[in-house]
Order: sequence, then C-alpha cells, then structure tokens
Amino acid sequence: MNQDSLLESAANGNRRDLSRLLTYLEKGMKLNLPKNTNSRKSSVTGITGPPGVGKSSLIGRIISYWKSRNQKVAVLAIDPSSPRSGGALLGDRVRMDSADSGELVYVRSLATGGQPGGISSSLISMIELLSYCGWENIVIETVGSGQSEIKIVAFADKIILVDGPDRGDMIQAEKAGIIELADIIVINKSDLPGAIKAAESIRSSLSFADGKTSPQVVLVSAQMNEGIEEMMDLVENCDSPDWRQRIKIQERLMSLWDSRLLSSPDLNRVISQLQTGSISLDDALDSLTR
Amino acid sequence: MKIVMAKPGLDGHDRGAKVIARSLRDGGHDVVYTGLRRTPEEISRIVMDEDANALGLSTLSGAHDVLVPRICELLRETGMGNVMVFLGGIIPDRDHESMFSSGIRAIFGPGSRTDEILSFLDEANSRVESGAPIGVGDEDGWRWN
Repeated sequence: MNQDSLLESAANGNRRDLSRLLTYLEKGMKLNLPKNTNSRKSSVTGITGPPGVGKSSLIGRIISYWKSRNQKVAVLAIDPSSPRSGGALLGDRVRMDSADSGELVYVRSLATGGQPGGISSSLISMIELLSYCGWENIVIETVGSGQSEIKIVAFADKIILVDGPDRGDMIQAEKAGIIELADIIVINKSDLPGAIKAAESIRSSLSFADGKTSPQVVLVSAQMNEGIEEMMDLVENCDSPDWRQRIKIQERLMSLWDSRLLSSPDLNRVISQLQTGSISLDDALDSLTR
Repeated sequence: MKIVMAKPGLDGHDRGAKVIARSLRDGGHDVVYTGLRRTPEEISRIVMDEDANALGLSTLSGAHDVLVPRICELLRETGMGNVMVFLGGIIPDRDHESMFSSGIRAIFGPGSRTDEILSFLDEANSRVESGAPIGVGDEDGWRWN
C-alpha cells in the first residue's frame, strides 16, 4: 500500500496502518499531511521525571481517566537505546495495565536511537499524525535525567514533572533545568511517608522564584488511585505563562537544530577535518548549516 | 528488529522472559516487554500498536496448547501474518509438532543459549530480506529446530 492510502485508512481508524505509518516516521521518513481544518488540535501532555518515581503507573491512571470520559488517548513512551548495542528494552507497558484493550487507547514504545539525529524530529511528525487521525489526547513520556530528555518533552503543550517522596531526585531535576519547564509538579506515592514533606519543601523552594508564575505542586498516589482527578483538573485548566512557552519553543528549536546537524550527510567528513585540524569549529558549523 | 516479548495466560514467572528480553536488547534489538498475564487479544493488540516484526512467547504453565494457536490465529486474522513468532518456556517434546503447525518458527526450552536465539533472529531477518519471509501467516515450512 502506498502512503496516501495508508494515511486514509489510518485516519479512518485502522490501527494497523497507523502503526505502520508511525514506523515510517520513526525511521525518519516524511509524510505530507493534508491540512486538518475541521478537527480541533490535540492536547499534548509531556510527562517526565527521574527513573522509578512512577511515571508509567501514573500514565496508566491518566489513560483510565480519559477512557472513563470516553476520550481517546495515545501514548508515546520513549526509552533510551543502549549506546553499546544500539538495542533498547522498552518496559513502560508493564505498568500501564489499562493500555492493552479498548478502541480509545493507543500506546507506542519508542527507542531514542532509531536514527542519527535522535528522535525529536520524527516525534513532531508522529504527534501531527496522531492528531490528524483523531487522537484528541496525546501523552509523551520520557525519563527526565538529562538535557536530551528535556528537549523531547518540550514538544508537549503542557509538562508534568513527576517525583517521589525522596526529595534528592528533584535536585537533579533542578540541575537539569526541567523545573523551569514544568507546568505542574506531581509528587507521586503520596501514600508513603515523606510525601507531604517533599511537596512542602518543593513549594517553599519554588516560592523563592522571582515573582514568575510557579508551577502547582500536587500530591497523588497512582498505586492507590488517589488525587488523580484533582491532578487532571489542573492539567486541563492550567495556563502556561508566556515566559514558559518561550523556553519550550527555545528547547524545540535547539532540539531540531541538533537533529539537523547530526543527520547532515557531511557530518563525518567535517568531523574528520576537525580531527586533522584542517578547519576550525566555526568553519565546520558554517559548512554543515549552509 | 522490533520484538514483543509476551507472557500469555495465568503464569506468574517471568524471570526467563526478562533474561531473554535483556539479551535481545544487548544483541541490538528493540524489545517491548508486556508484563505478566496478558490475554491473546491483548498480545495481538500490543504487537499491532508497536508494529513489531517478531513476537516471543514465554509460557511455563502448560496452557501453551490453547494460548499459542489462539495468538497465532489472531495475528493472521488482524492482518499481521508477517509477524514471526517464537516460543520458549516449558513445552513438552510431544507438543512440539502441534506448536510448529500452529505457525511458530522456533522453540527454546530450558538450557537454551541466548546467543542461539540471537542467531535464530539473524537468520529470520535475512530470510525476510531475501524475500523468503517466515511470518505466522506465510506458507513457508521453514523452522529453526
């Protein structure tokens, strides 16, 4: 089947063909989507946070929340590829037990290392495709442990930063700059001791911010299914202030810039020239971005 | 390859499946693990959503004679006949023939080496590339063991 007929079929609700198209995009191919005038734009929520804080479990609850309101939700769960073997172990589905049945849910696991420029440029096309095919809620999940993950999550309209009762991890998030991007900070595992204290300590550290609108801090327990409604209420009604939108846009630009640079056909030649010292870094950049 | 590693049915032991998932990752594959106790319908749905090239099934409970043919049938019915299926766990010798005839291409029991499974996947991949695919819906009678 050619791409146009795949696209038509996917837009009519054929999951098999939607999956195939997502694979094309994952491999870096481009798709020409017709302008989608009559349907409203999907809401894209980014979820990030350190490993083990319960992001996938929380997404399982978010899926159930939208399902119970008869809304469609598509999840793109991104995990890192092994730098040594190039393979990846994608285990986010294990904790999303609401994800494997029903027509309202679509979950796709993605590895970061599928193409030289990273996943960010194909991620935009994937979001556009899902939106075109009528997935009204889209969730992007990444492990928030470094700069590249921040750039990925910046493609979302709203960003939820998840942490657990152990406050040490959040300092890492502050170092990486994720806190600046977060619209909502969620302390998961509120059933465990230390959660309230963790929330208070984050609230108080945010209150030192210089008059800019701080993100809301909420306590939830994905395990016990507590606080999910309140959290979703905030997600659906929070307004990202202008300055935060600007940071997101800046991250998106940088992300695409990186990916364009890394996928340049001249990259290897330029690196070799740099290695032998025949050109300067400035020259190299000029020749790659020309 | 993109491979879904699945635990069908009421079987609570997944150490084996996790070891295989990790070694396939180390062999350069993208592996999606489903978690425990998935129904045949859920498994075929996960394979579809993930657009996987291969499905590895691990079962130790003795219910393979019901679950495996059902999963293979579902894949064929839903347009995923191109997906290659392999099996591991406790599968008695007397059941091997019926498992192969339901559409799977290899069985890896206790004591199997992970590098053998990787060689099998390489072979499967090169057959797809050379135009002799061995999906669950393909007629080709090839099998690994």
